[in-house]
Amino acid sequence: MVNAINQALEIKLEQDKNVIVYGEDVGVEGGVFRVTEGLQKKFGKERVFDSPLAEAGIAGSAVGMAMAGLKPIIEMQFSGFSYPAFNQIISHVSRMQNRSRGNFKMPFVMRMPYGGGINALEHHSESMEAIWGHIPGIKVVIPSTPHDAKGLMISAIESDDPVIFMEPKRIYRAIKQEVNEDHFTVPIGKAKVVSTGKDITVVAYGAMIREVQKAAALAKKEGIDVEIIDLRSIYPIDRETIASSVMKTGRILTVHEAPASFGVASEISQIAIEEAFLHLEAPPKRLTGFDTIVPLPKGEHHYAITGDKIFYEIMRTVKY
Amino acid sequence: MFKTFDPIKNKTLRVIDNEGKIIAAKWMPELTDEQILKAYKDMLFARQADLMTVNYQRQGRIYTYPPNYGQEAVSGAVAQVMRDDDWLVPAFRELGAYLAKGATLQEMFMYFMGYEDGSIFKNAKNFAPISVPIASQLVHAAGIGYEIKYKKKDQVVYTFVGDGGTSEGEFHEALNFAAVWDAPVVFIIQNNQYGISTPVSVQTKSQNLAVKAIAYGMKGIKVDGNDFFAMTKAVQEASEHAKSGKGPVLIEAVTYRKGAHTTSDDPTKYRTKEEEQEWDKTDPLNRFKKYLVEKKLWSDKEEKKILPEYKKEIDRHFVAAENYGEYPLDDVFKFLYTDKPDNLKSQQVEHERYLKWKEGK
Repeated sequence: MVNAINQALEIKLEQDKNVIVYGEDVGVEGGVFRVTEGLQKKFGKERVFDSPLAEAGIAGSAVGMAMAGLKPIIEMQFSGFSYPAFNQIISHVSRMQNRSRGNFKMPFVMRMPYGGGINALEHHSESMEAIWGHIPGIKVVIPSTPHDAKGLMISAIESDDPVIFMEPKRIYRAIKQEVNEDHFTVPIGKAKVVSTGKDITVVAYGAMIREVQKAAALAKKEGIDVEIIDLRSIYPIDRETIASSVMKTGRILTVHEAPASFGVASEISQIAIEEAFLHLEAPPKRLTGFDTIVPLPKGEHHYAITGDKIFYEIMRTVKY
Repeated sequence: MFKTFDPIKNKTLRVIDNEGKIIAAKWMPELTDEQILKAYKDMLFARQADLMTVNYQRQGRIYTYPPNYGQEAVSGAVAQVMRDDDWLVPAFRELGAYLAKGATLQEMFMYFMGYEDGSIFKNAKNFAPISVPIASQLVHAAGIGYEIKYKKKDQVVYTFVGDGGTSEGEFHEALNFAAVWDAPVVFIIQNNQYGISTPVSVQTKSQNLAVKAIAYGMKGIKVDGNDFFAMTKAVQEASEHAKSGKGPVLIEAVTYRKGAHTTSDDPTKYRTKEEEQEWDKTDPLNRFKKYLVEKKLWSDKEEKKILPEYKKEIDRHFVAAENYGEYPLDDVFKFLYTDKPDNLKSQQVEHERYLKWKEGK
């Protein structure tokens, strides 16, 4: 996935002089996860550079750049350090188009690694996508494969709307996949049916897709046929794909690492209720992180969502 | 002293040179030989612990760790001046100061092994937990300083940040708040030349970092952070200044991070061997040792004798941390609220139900 995102950035830097990439340690070092490796060398320090260590400054200056016609792609080193930028996102990034009645576009992309499972220090394991998804005026995407990462990134850069691009760092290098080297896009706002099934719909995204696949394999042994939907976009959310799947299966489970309350899973359950109420054979179910801080590594196993736990919830929902 | 070293003049307070010779006796801090020797030994211990921690990490026995290697004099100086009642509000690269405050190595190891319990610091009074989001802790120091002033207490707050942290908004807000309130806070910038891969020259156009104090109407001073004596002098004066109600002080400790940012970082990507060798000449322990040997307070022989004792002691703490035991499920939920919401209780019960199912499988 690291290479796929790097490719997307490279293609857009090549195609569009207005594309600028910056953030903490993204230039010389190529980012702490090496997502921007080699880009400064290729495109120069004016287009790919290290900024001072200040997330509010990074996001706020990107607003100015976007207003003036550039296409800034900024990096927050870890999503857990993005919060100084929160004010800029909620007060300006998300509002500028509306405030200026469309005079100012906001072609703004904020990339950041997120999620647990890497035995990290505090603030390096959270999944706070719901915070961003709750803000009117921005789009939020999360890829689960290198192919989608590249296609979604190109879509994000080409969009005049601000996009928060959350990268599941646990699977940065976990999935081997041939990715088309050319320019292609994956549409923002479209979920993907990863595998079809008739007994239950399981919606997930990011690093959870792999865990759901493990669970689906376990379920298959029990004769349960799981339909897996990779949400890909947190906002806008693909109601249609979710609805038509639930109408078919009658059961839905949503899985995410983020805490339960006011989370993405609640939103999806509500869509199932609104769109497929009469088809439901069990209450829409959530399997999420606890409403707690992600524990440090010695306790993280308590919090982690495993294939086994997803399988357990699948069985409970199917047997309801 | 603050006048002589007005940051606008861009002078650096230095007491001993790289050979351990006194070059500015005027600024020699008042310390007994006994105190001086203890300070050296504490710094030596901290260095040994730090080096061993990096080794433990390489052995896969501890997770990501931010080494202090090369910066020991900064914490060593604060350790000299800081009293039991004073506050320590750390970032994450001040090992010597934590130990001086009463934190144990075992706790520190536990923290970096991934035990939340490593942040309990049972015997460390007025010690804030390690703060990872850069510069965010500085504003807390200002708030603690307000309390000290409000309650008319005889205390000082020592707080730390790196050179990269001076770019964060909260750094500036903290200086401003503390200055407006005349709060007794000593802000210490460990200018170790890099924020991960980013050199100071990318962080600021200021001629030095201490100069940032001027805009906030407070005292600032640039100090050779690898000179234990200069650092101690600066911290002593800053502490007196702060205590007397004259407001906060900003100390820029010019040092060098000889190790990596954390064990996940590879400094060869962004700096040269030549640069590292140049800074090696200023190493805080080597200089200090030369001074002590010259004064016949210390010898290689004594050092050789004491290091194995230190290693044993450090390893004892490490093994105790490794054997701390299970992290119970309840600990994930237990401390988040004082008054635990039912919602959280039922999440825990649900999870326990799953565990039971798993066991029965």
